[in-house]
Amino acid sequence: MEPHYQHLYDILAHSQGYIFPNEIDLQWGILIVVYPFITGLVAGAFILASLERVFKVKILKPTYQIALLTALSFLLVATMPLISHLSQPQRAYEIMITPHSSSAMAIFGFVYLWYLMVVLLLEIWFDYRHSMVVWANEKSGIMRWVYKILTLGVNDISPRTVKWDRKLGYIITVVGIPSAFILHGYVGFIFGSIKANPWWSTPLMPIIFLFSAMVSGISLVLLVYMIISYFRKQIIDLNVLDSIGKYLFFVLILDFTLEGLDQIQRIYEAGESFEILKLLVSSKLYLTLFVSQGLIGTIIPLVTLAFLQFYKHQIKVRKTMYFIIGILVLIGVYSMRWNVVIGGQLFSKSFAGFTSFKVGLIGLDGTLMAIFWLILPIGILAFLLWLLPPWKMVKEED
Amino acid sequence: MSQSTSTMGNEKVVSSRRKFLKTAATIAGATIGYSWLKSSQVLLHAAEPKNESLPWYGIVIDIQKCIGCGNCAKACKNENDVPKEPFFFRTWIEQYTVKNDGSVDIVSPNGGIDGFEQRVPTEDIFKSFFVPKMCNHCSKSPCTQVCPVGATYESPEGVVLIDEKYCIGCRYCVQACPYGCRFIHPVKKVANKCTLCYHRLKKGLAPACMEVCPTGARMYGNLRDKNSEIVKFLKEHTTQVLRPHLNTGSKLYYNALSSEVR
Repeated sequence: MEPHYQHLYDILAHSQGYIFPNEIDLQWGILIVVYPFITGLVAGAFILASLERVFKVKILKPTYQIALLTALSFLLVATMPLISHLSQPQRAYEIMITPHSSSAMAIFGFVYLWYLMVVLLLEIWFDYRHSMVVWANEKSGIMRWVYKILTLGVNDISPRTVKWDRKLGYIITVVGIPSAFILHGYVGFIFGSIKANPWWSTPLMPIIFLFSAMVSGISLVLLVYMIISYFRKQIIDLNVLDSIGKYLFFVLILDFTLEGLDQIQRIYEAGESFEILKLLVSSKLYLTLFVSQGLIGTIIPLVTLAFLQFYKHQIKVRKTMYFIIGILVLIGVYSMRWNVVIGGQLFSKSFAGFTSFKVGLIGLDGTLMAIFWLILPIGILAFLLWLLPPWKMVKEED
Repeated sequence: MSQSTSTMGNEKVVSSRRKFLKTAATIAGATIGYSWLKSSQVLLHAAEPKNESLPWYGIVIDIQKCIGCGNCAKACKNENDVPKEPFFFRTWIEQYTVKNDGSVDIVSPNGGIDGFEQRVPTEDIFKSFFVPKMCNHCSKSPCTQVCPVGATYESPEGVVLIDEKYCIGCRYCVQACPYGCRFIHPVKKVANKCTLCYHRLKKGLAPACMEVCPTGARMYGNLRDKNSEIVKFLKEHTTQVLRPHLNTGSKLYYNALSSEVR
């Protein structure tokens, strides 16, 4: 007997009630949990950056480039969990060459490329071009050439051209906001449009994904800002934290309300899938939904953030609280992705039973691989911060 | 005075006529534009019989005739090179047992290939029956709709098929099928499902599961041929598809389908 089948026999032994015989194995594992988590971080971080730029929230200025580079680092990795999860990864390019027009998934490559090439890369390029020209002149050796190549040969740094950089960058940000909304709303749609699955199929899914994306992206930028300040031995600006905290607070309230509405609607409607979903949340998803997502990831951060709105003493305590909130919210959003992706596959479409899921450690779709895809963007971010340090940018007067 | 009134009146008429024409043109333009965009179909995804000379296949399963022998599931695995392990089925049989207390016991050990044993004591049984399952060959099939590369498609005869050389193994179709009829072939690493034995149909042979059924519980035929056996059956019996509210356009009709079945 092949080891793969042994794994399936083990799951079969742990299944409960009746499941269709083809449903024993979960189709989408931990990598598909990681994928919407990563794209959510991208969209959320970008939206925070756009806030600063479009709505001119001056106080968030120190986080602007950090947020953009964070978004780029995670976006570069976003497709990897998807591709490594395919059974035929060598055919992945078919999705770009011959996309099937009625498939929600087929559009992914285009949404992704649009966001990467048109929005993020262009915006960062316009943002950094002036500095890169200056850096190219200052440096010597390889780095000089690296910056020269990055400027794409556009070396004009006359005030008029620099002004155009900013103007074009602004336009891209304005285009980028709906693009970020589309990118992550679209990820929600991939799940929300599956009518066969009552746990996924809700028109609220794209909106819920979007708001949880914003929550996670904002938290990540908060953490990255604090960690960068720590390594650079710079004092963390509490006004920045308070300001990010305020946004996080409001978006978290919206996110919580939307997810609550979704569940209340399900409970009150109590359709044909109600019994099985009730069993699902009270058993298989109890820890990840109520404890991890609800309590740790939502209620505790909400209460703490509310408290921080009027508690203005003890700077060190407040900083620590913000740091902990950032981590808790990320745990909560990761759990939310887990609850959607894994939770939606644990119950049978016969609505009469459950299969079980045990994530493996090794292999292309194992835990280690998932951790790798989550750590890689942090490495990329460290590299980008070294290559394009926001704190060394050429200052431009407003 | 009167002239001026008349002029005013004329102006009013002209301006309202212009407004009407504008509105009418807008509506007409929008309608034409819309119908051009949408051509003839309302749904984003639906297969329709196009080639008049070809059959448009449908399936009937008569629950009253199924004895749960499992021959169909076994024959299918042999015919279609489906792995023998109990996790991969193009067709399987479920045994439903409705108990006196109203609860329902559903089993399908090894897809029913080895037959069934009733595990509920006779005195507790309200009713019991077998339900053979297979691909519903939906005309508005959700699995075909979601395939990102178009590797799964409907044949001109309305049979839902997969191009194994094209499937990228994203598993979206498996998620989208409400009936649990798809799986990832563990050796070929691509999506797999019932083809209604398309290779046999093309030679004029019946699908393997129907060929071996000792009671004739399964039937296939041309839904377009009003004189076909299947159309006659549908005319004379009250049949139902699984999960009609999902609007999948299922072409698998069950006779004597009980409300417990999903």
